[in-house]
Amino acid sequence: MFTSFSLAELENAEHLERLREEVRAFLRAELEAGAYTREPSGWDRYDAGFSRKVAAKGWIGMTWPKQYGGHEKSSLERYVVTEELLAAGAPVRAHWLADRQFGPLLLSCGSEDQKRTYLPRIAAGECYVCVGMSEPDSGSDLASIKTKATKVDGGWRVTGRKVWTSYAHKAHLMNLFARTAPFDEKNRHEGVTQFIVDLDWPGITISPIYNLAGDHDFNEVVFDDVFIPDDRVIGEVGNGWKQVSGELAHERAGSERWLNAYGVLVHLLDSAGADLDRADAEKIGRLVTHLWTLHRMSFSLAGLLNQGITPAVEAALVKDLGNQFDQDIPEAARQVMQEEDRAKLPDEDRFNEMLDRALLYAPSYPIRGGTREILRGIIARGLGLR
Amino acid sequence: MSDAMLTDSAARLFRDLCTREVTEAAEAGTWPRELWNALTDTGLAAAAQSDTGVGTVDLCALARVLGAYAAPVPLVETWLAQRMLAAANLSAVDGALTIGPVLRRDNLKLERASGGWRLSGSLKRIPWGRDAETLVLIADADDGARTVVVKKPQGWTHDWSYAREPRDAVRFDRLPVSEEDTGKGWNRSELFFNGALFRTQSMAGAMERALELTVAYAKERVQFGRLIGKFQAVQQQISAMASQVAAGSAVAQSAAEANAERLARFEIAAAKARIGEAVAVVAGVAHQVHAAMGFTHEHTLHRSTRRLWAWRDEFGTETEWQAWVGRVAAQLGGEGLWRYVVAASKPDMGAALP
Repeated sequence: MFTSFSLAELENAEHLERLREEVRAFLRAELEAGAYTREPSGWDRYDAGFSRKVAAKGWIGMTWPKQYGGHEKSSLERYVVTEELLAAGAPVRAHWLADRQFGPLLLSCGSEDQKRTYLPRIAAGECYVCVGMSEPDSGSDLASIKTKATKVDGGWRVTGRKVWTSYAHKAHLMNLFARTAPFDEKNRHEGVTQFIVDLDWPGITISPIYNLAGDHDFNEVVFDDVFIPDDRVIGEVGNGWKQVSGELAHERAGSERWLNAYGVLVHLLDSAGADLDRADAEKIGRLVTHLWTLHRMSFSLAGLLNQGITPAVEAALVKDLGNQFDQDIPEAARQVMQEEDRAKLPDEDRFNEMLDRALLYAPSYPIRGGTREILRGIIARGLGLR
Repeated sequence: MSDAMLTDSAARLFRDLCTREVTEAAEAGTWPRELWNALTDTGLAAAAQSDTGVGTVDLCALARVLGAYAAPVPLVETWLAQRMLAAANLSAVDGALTIGPVLRRDNLKLERASGGWRLSGSLKRIPWGRDAETLVLIADADDGARTVVVKKPQGWTHDWSYAREPRDAVRFDRLPVSEEDTGKGWNRSELFFNGALFRTQSMAGAMERALELTVAYAKERVQFGRLIGKFQAVQQQISAMASQVAAGSAVAQSAAEANAERLARFEIAAAKARIGEAVAVVAGVAHQVHAAMGFTHEHTLHRSTRRLWAWRDEFGTETEWQAWVGRVAAQLGGEGLWRYVVAASKPDMGAALP
């Protein structure tokens, strides 16, 4: 694992370096114009205006074909752009899931009509998507979902309840997972179908679930006999499980799995000053060695994706290590800058605000996008243990 | 030879000659003559001499193979010495070589004397000191750091690492050194960083072997009527271990590639720190899964884990390197850090030894 993929050639690619500079120049201008403020993690801040500016730069749907509004860039170019956006704490959440998951899903499984309808709007930064997988009694166990779609004339009737649906209250579409065949213990992964749902359809109720930081990101989405026309089925009826497997590698491979608390490290370095004692230097240095390692591992995954390889096990491995890093940052930060030190910071220093937020969000990092236990199960399978 | 052929032939050689008997004899103090002769005959022992064309990345890949097979020979030390000789424009020297000082506290002095130079000072923890035919050392002279070639000295005090590899002490008291046995090349910092780079590679190899042994054991050992690898608790532990091995492997590779172009101080420091940190989990889980069996001298696991424990302490522990990296980061500041970390080519931040 990871030994066979050399970065030597890819690192020397000058066009990637130029692209990084281009993204940095854009972000600097936006920051100076007050269009956004740095967050510990950009990808949970929603700003449709900012997403449209990112789209105007050609940075949404980067790898998609031009005929669908994409830009036919490489996975490495996409990687560089997203990494720079996230490291700068830019608010990219509005378009994030549509760009990362939903677009690639439609490209691999969607109908021609679906591709023409949705992909150009997504690439323009005008269509946002949420994912309707989790349910009250099935968190990581996707096969156990109960939301039921019954075949009717011209479409399907859906009844059920989705939870932990991030930004359903702001998105245009949901990628809904529903059962289209009765649950069969022997074939747990059969009979799940993916649908494209307009969130303003009659019968859909969206209610907030506040998180422990007091923020509204999660929602409960109730489907009460909602009609979905046939042309909204993604791929094949009953094939949802297989379709989602490829999607999850995209979900886990990226730098968003280890840049959730990075803003805290940036502010920590500035607040702690240049004259560190040995213990603090060790704590900060340890974080930096992890940052460098994760960047290299993640970049090499982008290289694999670019070769058309879906690195499911490696992606699980990077997410597991990355989420630990996300949690280590606020832990180290609170040890380096203790209450006494934090109280001394001037009012305009944002370190305290960043630390609060990252510490409160830390429990969520190894849960969303596949829990640590599930990821380790995937790694164990990769090692031939299951 | 292509790089893959080079590492394949090294792997074959180690597999055939680095047997239990050879290792046990070496750990009891017998020089593994046959193994060393084979390394000499195949050219591997001379792989870092300046005319071989074997680059840093390939040498690092070979150091990884050495680590995977826990080969009890001063191959990495010989290569480091060959590179020091080349850097100082001194003639290549055949045979088993070693280097020094390896501790920051040890200082050698080289003084002008009639007809040449005199070398003084003491060295500790010199790898395979007693077995080396020649020592290539860095000493402080009045014109700065000098590389010094010393033929097999007498008077070694024997010591050992956790892995029972010789780590010996010797003293020089105005030892005569001729003009042709000294030149200007690396300084001590360069030796220390290169030492850390090569130890990192061998550690990556040892980690991969420990994982391989652990997975294999989990697939054959039955307890409570099931293979232990079928228990979720065991799977979770081994997966956590695999993540650390993958991280260690990736940093080792990255440091090797970065160092092909320049002395990549940041990448080496970060890699030695990261892989050193990984050892606790890797060795910990490997032994936990092997249980009592892995704690026996009979089992081969300890050949890998004892080396991981020994090598993580040499050329800087993880906390020493973390502190070094932390100081570099503090100089860079919040905004500068990111730019530096992701840049393909990183300017030297000037922090010398950790």
